[in-house]
Amino acid sequence: MTFGLQPEAGAVRMPAPVGDLSAPAGPPPALLFDHVSVRFGAYTAVNDASLHVGDGEFVSIVGPTGCGKSTLLNVAAGLLEPSEGDICVYGRSLEGINADAGYLFQADALMPWRTALSNVITGLEYAGTERKAAERLGNEWLARVGLSGHGERFPHEMSGGMRKRVALAQTLIRDPKIVLMDEPFSALDVQTRVLMENELLQLWTTYRKSVLFITHDLEEAISLSDRVIILSAGPSTHPIAEFRIDLPRPRDVAEIRMTPRFVELYHQIWDAMKEEVLKAYERNQRKLAD
Amino acid sequence: MIADPSASGRTAPGRPAARPQRRPRRRAMPGPIVLTALQAAMFAALIIAWYVLVRAKALPVFFFGDPVLVFQQIVSWFVTGEIFVHLATTLIETLLAFLLGVASGIGIGLWLGLSPLTAALFDPYIKALNAMPRVILGPIFIVWFGLGIGSKVALGVTLVFFVVFFNVFQGVREVNPVILANSRMLGANRRQLLTTVYIPSALSWVFSSLHMSVGMAFVGAVVGEYLGSARGVGYLILQAEATFDVNAVFAGIIVLTVFALVLDLAVTLVEKRLIVGKPKS
Repeated sequence: MTFGLQPEAGAVRMPAPVGDLSAPAGPPPALLFDHVSVRFGAYTAVNDASLHVGDGEFVSIVGPTGCGKSTLLNVAAGLLEPSEGDICVYGRSLEGINADAGYLFQADALMPWRTALSNVITGLEYAGTERKAAERLGNEWLARVGLSGHGERFPHEMSGGMRKRVALAQTLIRDPKIVLMDEPFSALDVQTRVLMENELLQLWTTYRKSVLFITHDLEEAISLSDRVIILSAGPSTHPIAEFRIDLPRPRDVAEIRMTPRFVELYHQIWDAMKEEVLKAYERNQRKLAD
Repeated sequence: MIADPSASGRTAPGRPAARPQRRPRRRAMPGPIVLTALQAAMFAALIIAWYVLVRAKALPVFFFGDPVLVFQQIVSWFVTGEIFVHLATTLIETLLAFLLGVASGIGIGLWLGLSPLTAALFDPYIKALNAMPRVILGPIFIVWFGLGIGSKVALGVTLVFFVVFFNVFQGVREVNPVILANSRMLGANRRQLLTTVYIPSALSWVFSSLHMSVGMAFVGAVVGEYLGSARGVGYLILQAEATFDVNAVFAGIIVLTVFALVLDLAVTLVEKRLIVGKPKS
């Protein structure tokens, strides 16, 4: 057990508050939050958040529950306009919906009145792709997510895991450069979840999308990502620390959790997070007491 | 012979269950055939009671009719074919009222559902119109549209419209925001959002109220006929009442009831075909 003896080669602990992350050198990042704040009336959900996702990079955002992680993602998607600051997509300031991005929601987002295949090709339909070609591509994608032969099923005839696969195919079939994921697997049971995580990693290795992955599960974040960003407890959420995950790829999310390096990273990140988690917990307790 | 043999056996206490566990000791529900037989027996008992009471002069035949005469009346309507033109008229009125009511309900429901300002503007008027007992519009419709089909359809439409309208309005207002956001992320423009999210979502609400709207259309047609007409089952009842022919009134009521049941069955069949991706709950 080499725990604690290894030099902190890969893990870069940023001093809190984070310095200027917004101007990485080289080509423009896929996604850049430039001093973004989001307010709902008097409530400040996100305060002065700056972070970036490099081209083809897998970045996870971890934070205590209710800290405004989804708000950040909605801003990146263009579904929500920041009160202050700017979002840049490949160097261009974002206006309206982020057309370069696909979004995998936490809740079920499939249309219940459409079959799996019809759901998968919805995006192509919007883009005006010819029906035959769209269906061919749709069936290919269904096969790719392990659902060939299930194209005619309706969402209520599928399990939670199958619905997530359909949603994944629906998002990826449009070939977005950026994929935003909002705790997509949180509703699944542990076994299905590990399966889905591995499949996600495989797809990511094949297609090299830039991924911004939101989760409250630190293990999930570490096993999937190139980089993990820790958010402070809400309100006024902002990034407080960032860790580079130097675990070798390809990874098996179940096995990698046993490696000493994983455990070491886990402890480092948890140390940074603990305070914020406690803060969020205390705040919830107070809210309940009121 | 109704008793379920398995339910009559006693359970031996203390003995491990060698046979499959029996249902808890409640009175066993009879099978579907037995149930239907019981229901039919109840119907027969009711008719016989009616017959006996009327024949024994316990009930005045002038007010309560005679089941045998009622039955003869129904048979003669069908044998002479006299009833068919009336049934067809009522059916056409019902269908027209249903279609027009659903179409206008969907159209205006979508419009107001998607435009909060218009909805706020119309809100008190819609509430007032819905609160009004719309059957009293019947006489006005007769003045406007005459004694023909038009006035009955109009009355049916006013009844169907509100059922559908409120469902569509609600459906549009309560479109799942995640599905909406997802479609926007998948690149839908405003028109595509309308055709692929709002309308299907509203339609699933319309389907859920199909029975009620068909029922309303039927009520509109029959009440309209009753208020003044030259054809239709409601007209038959009106005529019979005018000549104090209580047997024919009862016959008309029975024919209408059976007609309504058949209509409801048809809706159930259509429903099974239409509602495919049944949303949860």
